[in-house]
Amino acid sequence: MTRFSGSRDIGQLKKQARTVRTEILKMLTEAGSGHTGGSLSAADIVTALYFSKMRHNPKDPAWKERDRFILSKGHAAPLLYTALALSGYFDKALLKTLRKIGSPLQGHPCSKLLPGVEISTGSLGQGLSIANGMAMGLKMDGLNSRVYCLLGDGETQEGQVWEAAMSASHYRLDNICAIIDNNGLQIDGHCCDVMALEPIVDKWAAFGWHVIDIDGHDMVAVINALDEAETVKGKPTAIVARTVKGKGVSFFEGKVKYHGMAPTSEELGKALKELEDNE
Amino acid sequence: MNERIKSTEHRAQSTERKDIATRDAYGEALLELGKKRDDVVVLDADLSGSTKTASFAKAFPNRFYNMGISEQDLIGTAGGLSLTGKLPFASTFAVFETGRAWEQIRQTIAYSHLNVKLVATHSGITVAEDGASHQAIEDVALMRVLPNMTVIVPSDGIETKQVIAAIADYHGPVYVRLGRSKVPVVMPEDYKFSIGKAHTYHIGKDANIIAAGIMVSAALNAMEILKKEGIDAGVINMSTIKPLDNDAVLCAAKASGLIVTAEEHSIIGGLGGAVCEFLSENYPVPVRRIGIKDTFGCSGPSDELMKLYGLTADNIVKTIKEALKKS
Repeated sequence: MTRFSGSRDIGQLKKQARTVRTEILKMLTEAGSGHTGGSLSAADIVTALYFSKMRHNPKDPAWKERDRFILSKGHAAPLLYTALALSGYFDKALLKTLRKIGSPLQGHPCSKLLPGVEISTGSLGQGLSIANGMAMGLKMDGLNSRVYCLLGDGETQEGQVWEAAMSASHYRLDNICAIIDNNGLQIDGHCCDVMALEPIVDKWAAFGWHVIDIDGHDMVAVINALDEAETVKGKPTAIVARTVKGKGVSFFEGKVKYHGMAPTSEELGKALKELEDNE
Repeated sequence: MNERIKSTEHRAQSTERKDIATRDAYGEALLELGKKRDDVVVLDADLSGSTKTASFAKAFPNRFYNMGISEQDLIGTAGGLSLTGKLPFASTFAVFETGRAWEQIRQTIAYSHLNVKLVATHSGITVAEDGASHQAIEDVALMRVLPNMTVIVPSDGIETKQVIAAIADYHGPVYVRLGRSKVPVVMPEDYKFSIGKAHTYHIGKDANIIAAGIMVSAALNAMEILKKEGIDAGVINMSTIKPLDNDAVLCAAKASGLIVTAEEHSIIGGLGGAVCEFLSENYPVPVRRIGIKDTFGCSGPSDELMKLYGLTADNIVKTIKEALKKS
């Protein structure tokens, strides 16, 4: 097994990203609660990872040589669940059970309940340390597997992120790629008003990382950045992906209130139509 | 009783049975384990000289990670290593490991049931001169409250070595509480530790002392003092605080009707709390808790601090006599 899908067809990946967004919106509406904005903002990145870049095997989630994905911003669980379902880790019908009693699709990802989820997340700031540990273990075993860690920009206000940023660079973990879903918003408002993060590129660079600054909705740029990261030796790579919260649905885009709010049935209808029209 | 006498007579006869700090025993046990198993990795947060992980670091530099002064990252990194099949031991001082990184332990290690061993040193007030900032008196409570977590407090160097070997063979998160100061050997020659099993030295008819860590030694001394005064007190070493050995507690409560718990920890949430929780629902008998009485520690020599906070054999004796007078 080298790649699960490995598609380099940009048109196909864009189409897949639309499908991913559709499923996210449907499952969130069914659940009646959950995080819409941050699931949509990272949809292109996660689509690129699961349907092009990552070596993984849905039939064998514990495959030793797989690339790992850690959703440090655990509240984007609907995005991860969609990527896993569409990859074939479990039946798509399960998506309807999000946040319901007895479902393995918890409000935030739980690795004990759902194969394919590498580690439980939800409390922000912890994923990169875990990714580092995995990267160390993979190197010790002589495996070429890579570890991808998706963080929110607001999440990087957590001090632990910078502890981990220091460690990855100190231990020269070039098999780590952190992707910052830089949508500029957090629950209480614009990141720049709540707790300013810029200059974010300079910060990661100062911590010893190779930094790539891209438009996180440009599929070509996302794929190119992931390719570039793989060529960097001796240091970890951070991709600062400039994104729009709620991307793909005009009336969710850039709206703070849709951080933690699910679409209503009426909104879902409009949203799905918009995604279809834009196809 | 005979067993107990045998154990004290054999005290310190061989080099194996020397009085050492539990952290020193940990350092030796890690080294042995590292030789046996190449999946063992050790992480520390700039305290490897004090936690005694330094000898492992020297012997196996490629399996040791110093994470610097960053306990939260220490825990997460250990978690990540376990997810690639390694057996990580993450060590620092108890107050930083369980306090500074509590939520990382909760979310990443306990919730996901990762095979990470949290072995912390410098617990309790016997950290001594460094004072309250460094004296973990609430670590057992912090770990015990977490689902999936096993909590072990070894009493001496011998037990510590056995604990480290046992937890390496157990899959799941474990917290082990170790100390800074040298402690007397208290475990019998033929002792064999297993997780969740208490060691009963003697079951007393008048009172039974359930102790952990360095208080086991004080409890045994108290037992001898009381015996001379005609009071039959028993001693149980409850080295696994979670899961608690309910049978041993029940047996002690049924035999004497008075239980005294003894720990170098807050009387809230630790061994005393665990014993009271169990007995109140299953076999209510009077319980007296010896421990740090909801206050912070302070600087001073450890033996003086033990006296100041009422953690000596004399304190146990006094407590038992007073409780018996009332009953």
